Amino acid sequence: MIQVEGLTKYYGEHAAIRELAFTIGQGEVIGFLGLNGAGKSTTLKILGCVLLPTAGRVVIDGHDVVNNPHEVRQRIGYLPDVPPLYEEMTVGEYLAYVAQLRGVTARDTTARVGEAEEKTGLREVDGELISTLSHGFRQRVGVAQALVHKPALLILDEPTSGLDPRQIVEMRDVIRGLKGTHTVLVSSHILPEISQTCDRLLIIHKGTLVAQGTEEELGTKMGGGGSIEVEVRGDRARAVEVLKAFGAVDVGRVADGVVALTVRASPDQRPRVAQAVVGAGLELLRLDQGAGQLESIFLRLTHGQEVRA
Amino acid sequence: MKALLIARRELAGYLRTLSGYVVIAVILGLNGLFFNAYALGGASKRSAEVLSQFFYYSSGFTIVASVFISMRLLAEERQTGTLPLLYSSPLRDRDIVLGKFLAGLTFLGLYVLCTLYMPLLVMVHGKVSFGHVAAGYLGLLLLGSASLAVGTFGSALARNQLLAAITSAVLLVALILCWLLARITEQPLSDVFSAMSLWNQHFPPFQSGLVHVRDVVYYLVVTYVALFAATRVLEARRWR
Repeated sequence: MIQVEGLTKYYGEHAAIRELAFTIGQGEVIGFLGLNGAGKSTTLKILGCVLLPTAGRVVIDGHDVVNNPHEVRQRIGYLPDVPPLYEEMTVGEYLAYVAQLRGVTARDTTARVGEAEEKTGLREVDGELISTLSHGFRQRVGVAQALVHKPALLILDEPTSGLDPRQIVEMRDVIRGLKGTHTVLVSSHILPEISQTCDRLLIIHKGTLVAQGTEEELGTKMGGGGSIEVEVRGDRARAVEVLKAFGAVDVGRVADGVVALTVRASPDQRPRVAQAVVGAGLELLRLDQGAGQLESIFLRLTHGQEVRA
Repeated sequence: MKALLIARRELAGYLRTLSGYVVIAVILGLNGLFFNAYALGGASKRSAEVLSQFFYYSSGFTIVASVFISMRLLAEERQTGTLPLLYSSPLRDRDIVLGKFLAGLTFLGLYVLCTLYMPLLVMVHGKVSFGHVAAGYLGLLLLGSASLAVGTFGSALARNQLLAAITSAVLLVALILCWLLARITEQPLSDVFSAMSLWNQHFPPFQSGLVHVRDVVYYLVVTYVALFAATRVLEARRWR
């Protein structure tokens, strides 16, 4: 569905992205991860035909975005980081306008708008002015405009940005519901959202693609993901020595004789870690599953070298 | 045609928001005031003279109206972040520019239509030819079209509506002042500046009820060139 080769974009002297290369198959839901300013939005703008690349090639469904943008645009639905909404229109009017702009005939428009509203839970606000909608609904209208013409490829830039936890769950359900009918490329820096929604991940850092694959594949490549957080009362050196048997140990806060440590080990190891700590005569105050596997991978890829005990 | 779709939405935007009506109301009010004070006032005049003065003042107000009407066309899309919607839709850049321009022109046409009561007053109380009125209004529409196209170009260049209005005003004043340059330069440069002058060289014949092909062609060429330039600006933005 998407082939990207050597994709580079300069803003003046600054390279926003450099030599990106990846492919995305038909029907995949891909998570595009990166810190703010990593180059996610620039990449998605190029895929959405909003920007032209400085170098490299992007082919979507057999059409080049530089040489044949008109063909590409007929196949994509794009939600920018700020939903492109006309405040003075009602939701229904806006979606009908976008549908016709993207080639839906006047006869089919009502049905397509209805379908898009159904998928994104907008039925109840069809007649409401966009200016009166809450942030969550505005974001949904943004997603609805991207899919109203049933494009083969959906490009969603930070669809959950600024949403409250409940709205994030609802938006995640919306994106999950698109699986099977669309190829979806969704960018975010909210890891659980990506982890729970996407088949495969692309991780970008400082304009360069630093990893790609499923969460499991990335975990294996990175030498296993996951961590265990431990808080003990006792000797710091002794605690580190005991825990080193399970994996690399990061020593965190030390106060009033309490040491907080993070062990790079599978959360499955927690019972054995507990036994080892207690067996070593240390007082175990807390034992918990650490940051998720994806979070761990992401932090390692984007933070460089970690301080290890 | 996608340009008409864009034009329809844009026009609805003018009609649904207060700003469009405010622009028309204020400029109509000022136009009426000038008509009453200068065209009708003073020593007694022939109806044709009153009409000519009406078109003289109306031409200025039409240029001002086109600056205010055009400032939102593309700059607002950029300001509110809706431009990516148009860029990612299967549209040509010329469709975007043409659609916006047509909406602006229709709205400007609405304003020009609202000024009709003034020549009608002259017709009721005096004697003027229909041809004079028609020629004058054709001139206003052509001048408005050219000014609006320059405004569309300014709106494509600017980041926000205020800058768009300033850019358009500067460009239009420069085009109007070409007649001054024509006076202080020698031939053939003076002929070029004279031919380029937005008002001095090309509007007075319409004001007097005369339609010259060269004046019609001039305004159409300015319209085309400005819209073409606006299209190129939109294209160039994708490279930034």
